Amino acid sequence: MRHRLALDLAALPLHGKSWSSITWWGTLAFMLIEGTGFALVIAIYLYLANIASEWPIAAPPPDLGPGTLLTVVLLVSLVPNFLVLRWADRSDVTKVRIALLVMIVFGIVPLGLRAFEFPALHTRWDSNAYGSITWILLGLHTTHLITDLIDTIVLAALMFTRHGHYKRRIGDVQDNGLYWYFVVATWLPIYAILYWGPRL
Amino acid sequence: MSEARAEAGDRTETLDRDLPPALLEQRLAVTWGTLAGFWGWLTTVDHKLIGRRYLVTAFVFLLLGGVLAMMMRLQLARPENRLLGADFYDQVFTMHGANMMFLFAVPVMEAVGVYLVPLMIGTRNIAFPRLNAFSYWMYLVGGLMLWTAFALDMGPDIGWFAYVPLSGPQFGYGKRSDIWAQMITFTEVAALAVAVEIVVTVFKQRAPGMSLDRIPLFVWAMLVTSFLVIMAMPAIMVASTSLILDRLVGTHFFNPAEGGDVLLWQHLFWFFGHPEVYIIFLPAVGMTSTIVTTFARRAIFGYVPLVLALIATGILAFGLWVHHMFATGLPRLGESFFTASSMAIAVPSGIQIFCWIATLWLGRPVLAVPLLFILAFFATFVLGGLTGVMVASVPLDTQVHDTYFVVAHFHYVLIGGAVFPLLGAIYYWFPKITGRMMSERLGRSAVGLLFVGFNLTFFPMHLLGLAGMPRRVYTYPAEMGWGGGNLFVSASAVILAAGFLVFFIDAIRSARHGAPAGDNPWDAATLEWATPSPPPSYNFAFLPVVTCANPLWDERDALPVATGLRVERRELLVTSAAEARPEARESSPRNSIWPLLSAIATSVMLIWSIFSPWAVVWGSIPIGIALIGWFWPKGTPEDDA
Repeated sequence: MRHRLALDLAALPLHGKSWSSITWWGTLAFMLIEGTGFALVIAIYLYLANIASEWPIAAPPPDLGPGTLLTVVLLVSLVPNFLVLRWADRSDVTKVRIALLVMIVFGIVPLGLRAFEFPALHTRWDSNAYGSITWILLGLHTTHLITDLIDTIVLAALMFTRHGHYKRRIGDVQDNGLYWYFVVATWLPIYAILYWGPRL
Repeated sequence: MSEARAEAGDRTETLDRDLPPALLEQRLAVTWGTLAGFWGWLTTVDHKLIGRRYLVTAFVFLLLGGVLAMMMRLQLARPENRLLGADFYDQVFTMHGANMMFLFAVPVMEAVGVYLVPLMIGTRNIAFPRLNAFSYWMYLVGGLMLWTAFALDMGPDIGWFAYVPLSGPQFGYGKRSDIWAQMITFTEVAALAVAVEIVVTVFKQRAPGMSLDRIPLFVWAMLVTSFLVIMAMPAIMVASTSLILDRLVGTHFFNPAEGGDVLLWQHLFWFFGHPEVYIIFLPAVGMTSTIVTTFARRAIFGYVPLVLALIATGILAFGLWVHHMFATGLPRLGESFFTASSMAIAVPSGIQIFCWIATLWLGRPVLAVPLLFILAFFATFVLGGLTGVMVASVPLDTQVHDTYFVVAHFHYVLIGGAVFPLLGAIYYWFPKITGRMMSERLGRSAVGLLFVGFNLTFFPMHLLGLAGMPRRVYTYPAEMGWGGGNLFVSASAVILAAGFLVFFIDAIRSARHGAPAGDNPWDAATLEWATPSPPPSYNFAFLPVVTCANPLWDERDALPVATGLRVERRELLVTSAAEARPEARESSPRNSIWPLLSAIATSVMLIWSIFSPWAVVWGSIPIGIALIGWFWPKGTPEDDA
């Protein structure tokens, strides 16, 4: 059909930032999916605890040490993560590169601590329903730690190439930082339920 | 390249407004096109090609599921029939249900969304087009896996909702339950991917000026549906994963002896399973609103109530799941709550029906085939809705639970409520997709055969159910007195099958020999009709600017458009979520082989994990490599900005 020109877009930027970015919204949508998944697994935990005659089943409450230490590390990691986002916003590529290296360390340390968390549960996935749900809850969060670590490593490598100067890659850094907030935020209710639920 | 140049995203820049129309279309086709041949077929990320592929695949699964239905009708046509054995019959009805729900109904609705949403909102491709390609491959492999297993006598035999303990490690021998559970993973990954794409496309890629109150109703329906997918499908993935873990590594989620619970399965399944009904039904509602508007020749009556009804249905859909579990002996108060909420959802459904009737009443209806399908939908769906209100009541449900009454009810809702509008939608949009019209004459025969055949097949099932015939029995003794009714149902099913056959013949014939359609054969009002049929790879040479709710009716002289996009990279427009104000010119990814490679790697891991938990560890390595290959920039103009 016939056209009439009504609007010119040539002055618009070639890439949108944060809520003008498609990947930013995609990251939010995936958080919603995974957040629903976490909420459901927590609901299963509460459901099983509710029908059980004793909880935890045939085990003492988990040791507090490794899980609490990991929680502290994750909370401390929010500071460099905040800085990554701020420097990315200012397109300060050099500082972003350094901060991403720091974030890799903050990805590795919790994984190391996580290795001590599983034995601290004093149960196995195949012992009983309590063991199954605690291992799954912890395992599900661990997959998020692992995938975010790999993502951060690849992103850091990318930022040290010429691609690091493009706005789009800065956007990737921001999406990755946003996702780390999500990984930390989902851990807090899981920590409360896994470690303090059985002590109530 | 210097950092300063990179910062500016500086390359030779050609804007659309600087080129004469013929050259512009030629240049856009180069930038957005798909290579001819097999390689192009494997690598394309064009939402129209993927949507079309999704559609064809889903209809093939419909055909296969229909064959299974006819096998069941043949078996039940007379008492004590020995044509199919009990074990094979179990596989046949499970395959029929699982295939129709997971491989046909949900994917076909998403397929229509994948094809149409970007066109209806005036953009050039769906958001995350490579994820879209990945989604299709995952869906295809999931479907092939299920049907291959069935061909090897490994088909699931546990019903489409796979209740434990029947599907658990104690009673579910072999790998049949695992095939079901992993098919779920494939199809849900595919569905979730499409849902994310549609949400982001609708939020951020609408044509400038398409504020919330100007979004076409089909797009609203797909948006609400996508949120339902996002909120509901994790439940079935958690459920099927727990089931596989119980079976493979000895967890105890559903084992009462070790603190697990079998009803937990039903809660998880139906927390997904009930919204699932609306995941199938809401797109059909959107199709109905669109078709009613076009053929009533006037703007829809009650746009705002229709949008609110969609959203209300979407929210209420999560408060109904327990009505599938009334026979399990839950607390009374809980049952009463779920009875009330089940009846409440009839309210938004009623509002929609009244708005459509009002639109037709106030308009000058043209009784073309798409509208005939909608009229068939009204009659059938209202009947299905009425039996729905009946089974929402606990005493009645307890009486007819697991009988043919329920089989009749949900086929009225699903075929009447979703398949009839879908077929109407195919007749309606076929000219846009193929550039050719389907036959009005064959279409009328199809509507007639389907409507009559459907009611003759499924209405008597209500009576059989009330006479006590349970579902999922492979045969029955003659003394039960169900023989006559079943023979009638089976004979009627032939009429229904003939209706589908006419539809398929018409579609295949018209794709080659139908009359040329032109851009807008129905004189419809939405943006997909503003571009040629079939649309070019870039959808619109100039992006449309929206000034009203029915742009092609209210801007008949000339469609307002925007200029200023570049032609040497795949460029589209990002707009604000509510007002659709222009925010940025954004690049859209090029064709790529990485989605296919990632889907192959993921498929290997998922199928392997049916047999060994270590598959998750070792199988994740190729997936990681494929995803890095997908993510890593290739130095194209789309990446460098």
